[in-house]
Amino acid sequence: MQTKRTIFPNKVLPYFLLAPQLVITGIFFFWPAGQAIWQSFLREDAFGFKTTFVWLANYTALFEDPNYLNSLQVTLVFSVCVAALSLGLALLLAVCVDRLIKGASGYTTLLLWPYAVAPAIAGVLWWFLFNPTIGILPFIMERLGYNWDHALNSTDAMILVVVAASWKQISYNFIFFLAGLQSIPLSLREAAAIDGAGPFKRFFTITLPLLSPTSFFLMVVNVVYAMFDTFGIIHATTEGGPAQSTNILVYKVYADGFIGLNLGSSAAQSVILMGIVILLTFVQFRYVERRVAY
Amino acid sequence: MVENKPWLTALAHLVLILGVIVVAFPVYVALIASTRAPDEFMSGLIPLVPGPHALGTYWELLTTGASTSGAPPLGPMMLNSLVMALIIATGKIAISILSAFAIVYFRFPFRQFFFWMIFVTLMLPVEVRILPTFKVVADLGMLNSYLGLTVPLLASATATFLFRQFFLTVPDELLEAARVDGAGPMKFFRDILLPLSQTNIAALFVILFIYGWNQYLWPMLVTTETGYYTIVMAIKRMAEVADGLPYWNYVMAAAVLSMLPPVLVIIVMQKLFVKGLVETEK
Repeated sequence: MQTKRTIFPNKVLPYFLLAPQLVITGIFFFWPAGQAIWQSFLREDAFGFKTTFVWLANYTALFEDPNYLNSLQVTLVFSVCVAALSLGLALLLAVCVDRLIKGASGYTTLLLWPYAVAPAIAGVLWWFLFNPTIGILPFIMERLGYNWDHALNSTDAMILVVVAASWKQISYNFIFFLAGLQSIPLSLREAAAIDGAGPFKRFFTITLPLLSPTSFFLMVVNVVYAMFDTFGIIHATTEGGPAQSTNILVYKVYADGFIGLNLGSSAAQSVILMGIVILLTFVQFRYVERRVAY
Repeated sequence: MVENKPWLTALAHLVLILGVIVVAFPVYVALIASTRAPDEFMSGLIPLVPGPHALGTYWELLTTGASTSGAPPLGPMMLNSLVMALIIATGKIAISILSAFAIVYFRFPFRQFFFWMIFVTLMLPVEVRILPTFKVVADLGMLNSYLGLTVPLLASATATFLFRQFFLTVPDELLEAARVDGAGPMKFFRDILLPLSQTNIAALFVILFIYGWNQYLWPMLVTTETGYYTIVMAIKRMAEVADGLPYWNYVMAAAVLSMLPPVLVIIVMQKLFVKGLVETEK
């Protein structure tokens, strides 16, 4: 691990400096995480009188539970859709801003602020727009012959949460894409232009490959965002329904633990989620460092 | 720009204008809805031009709450959100800058181990281990208090890493000079490192303020007394009532109020915000 050439000789002081961080991490992170792992091997009877050690029964039960498998699938669809939609739109907007000389900072300001909107609020805003009785979007769709109802139709509900989640994430992706685009040397694009490559060819053969480290990084961040930070969107709008169609993993952990009071199962789900996060973090660090470039 | 193609520039403007409109549209509709009277939401369609009830609605929400739907006033909730966001941002920065200082400028047993301990927490949001964390906080008697709202969220691997990366770029000569002049570690920290870190601290503060303000699940679980409600978590309760009865003007006004402070922070401190965002994720 990197250190300084010169350091301070104190032996006790560093422990005091680290103490607040370590105490908080220990009490509110490692202890609960340990509890979750321990809890995930136990099963409590319905009245909480007796707990038995059941080894991996909670985990095997999960993977035989059609609801959990459904939740896995829903999470996958949701994350991929959110990542694709928000990355695509953000890239398009960033490329446009990158092209402009005048007005670039104005557009940037106007595209930046949704980052500050809480997921739950984003959910409520789109919920209002999509409201089947008074919402403006269902009104337009009805004119086009589609009868929108996210309270009954699974696909509609999924579209609602995907749109709300992507809307909030566009500004984040936009900032990173713009920074990535601006770090590509202009001389490369000029050279290609002199060789006769048009703007679209230049985008696909030069800009996009050189942007791949940014894109890869953003892909991981977006999947993490869609999997974990969108709790508020789900909770404030569909609550996992209709018929479990928007019940993503992080919402299910909460619902099974706090509403269903199924402690063992909720703990096992927590452990699986922690595993997924650690895996994604690892992927992030291992491959982002190496830079996907050509 | 590589070459001058007016039609491409025009296309870029067109795409951007459309983008800005799409991005702003939900908030525009919310603003409009908040200026209308409740009975206007009975009819088929949301009105798209402002109505005359803006001041009345906002004033009522902030001071007495939407009395007809039994919601508590939003003024104190916004104050709670502000307190929470400020404690989280300040606390995270203070804790992280100290631990980064320890990790970079000292050599001591278990240094590597502690570093990894902090590292592991990097991306694990509280939602993932929500039940056991809630239980710990409940056992410590921290429910319904500012402590319970903030302390469990204070540890921050991201901020620690940012400061660590930054400290590694501070020239060694500064430390050597300081030591020659007889400065102890805390004096060096206060008089040299802190002033050098100013921009980083400010940028991080913007990001963490927004993070703190936008907390949703955690305050929802930790607070049961209305006196500790934060505004972002309260929106759900209001929306639930509105689903039965059309109080959309109140819900949308509450949504606007809850996003106003963080949005203002971003717009006013755009440069710092972008810097903070890009650097914390490096």
